[in-house]
Amino acid sequence: MNTIAIKELLYKMADDLLIMGHRNSEWTGLGPVIEEDIAFSSMAQDKIGQAGALFEILHQLGENEPDTVAFMRDANKMHCSQFVELPNGEYDFSMIRHFLYDHADQLRFEMLVNSSFEPLAQVAKKIKGELKYHVFHANTWVVKLGNGTEESKARMQTALNESWNYALGMFETGDFEKELQSENIFEGEEALKTRWMANITPFIEKANLKVPDQSTWAPILGGRKGYHTEYLQQLVEEMGEVFRLDPTAQW
Amino acid sequence: MIKSLDPRITREQIELNNPINPLADMDQWETYEVFHQKKRGDQHEHVGIVHAPNLEMALLFSKEQFGRRGISVNIWVVKTSNVFASDYDDADIFETVPDKQYREAGGYKVMEMINKYKKENKKII
Repeated sequence: MNTIAIKELLYKMADDLLIMGHRNSEWTGLGPVIEEDIAFSSMAQDKIGQAGALFEILHQLGENEPDTVAFMRDANKMHCSQFVELPNGEYDFSMIRHFLYDHADQLRFEMLVNSSFEPLAQVAKKIKGELKYHVFHANTWVVKLGNGTEESKARMQTALNESWNYALGMFETGDFEKELQSENIFEGEEALKTRWMANITPFIEKANLKVPDQSTWAPILGGRKGYHTEYLQQLVEEMGEVFRLDPTAQW
Repeated sequence: MIKSLDPRITREQIELNNPINPLADMDQWETYEVFHQKKRGDQHEHVGIVHAPNLEMALLFSKEQFGRRGISVNIWVVKTSNVFASDYDDADIFETVPDKQYREAGGYKVMEMINKYKKENKKII
């Protein structure tokens, strides 16, 4: 088993989930209506739990304790895509990001159900239902807002346009694509991107939105290699603030 | 600038003398009654109400409001406006119910009859 390749895969997945979960949790108490506030916060918690499960596998592979890994690293040591670290903006952007990210996340785990790396396959099986709900939630909101008022349509289209190249950056290829493929651990970012396009397109159409013209596509890369926007360092400091006060404290 | 313990508020850089504009009236969403089923074959039980703009979103919210703790296998949502209810002014139609014990199984003194029968037929049994 190629441990370095597996670790790289686990880190990028876990960091995406951790940072996305943290960002989404920033809506807690500020959501548009109480029901949605609870639903969105609950899903944010799910994501942090999923990140925790992956950090636990990493720990089994010799990495530090999950809490240490989650809260003590600076931004340049994080492997999340730049997409998930962007500030929440308004609900239109948060919903579009939720839609684009969660579809990719669900598909990635779906592909990993049959992974030859058993611990990851087990997590993938276990969280199938959670992911299904997250995507159902995203689809419902995006279709509803895309078919709402003139303002909501315009906001959703703008958010989609602004998100697009960041979203493509989620599929930045790593150094071990071939190894992961040949050992039947993970089929790879390109395969994931193809499936993602096929899955999101019908919902984008149903929402009466348009995927930006292909001539404008320019994936924003670097996140997987530790290059991030200015927002991530601010986020990790805030997220780890209490833990960093006393890393040895027992909770 | 408002400096809050909540970093999300501080980040917004809100002026201290920021006049608080009243929110515009929202178009209120309807309410939906939520019923959940704990396991297949059980009756669905009423568990509460959610606000939602349509049935699909009512279902979406119900799952998190009422299905995130404990086990559910199924949820129904029904528009509150579709529920036809009795009037509290008519609550007197239920008033004599406590008197009608004979309509309940517990209303029959069966055990007494059984014991009497047993006693009478002690030798035979």
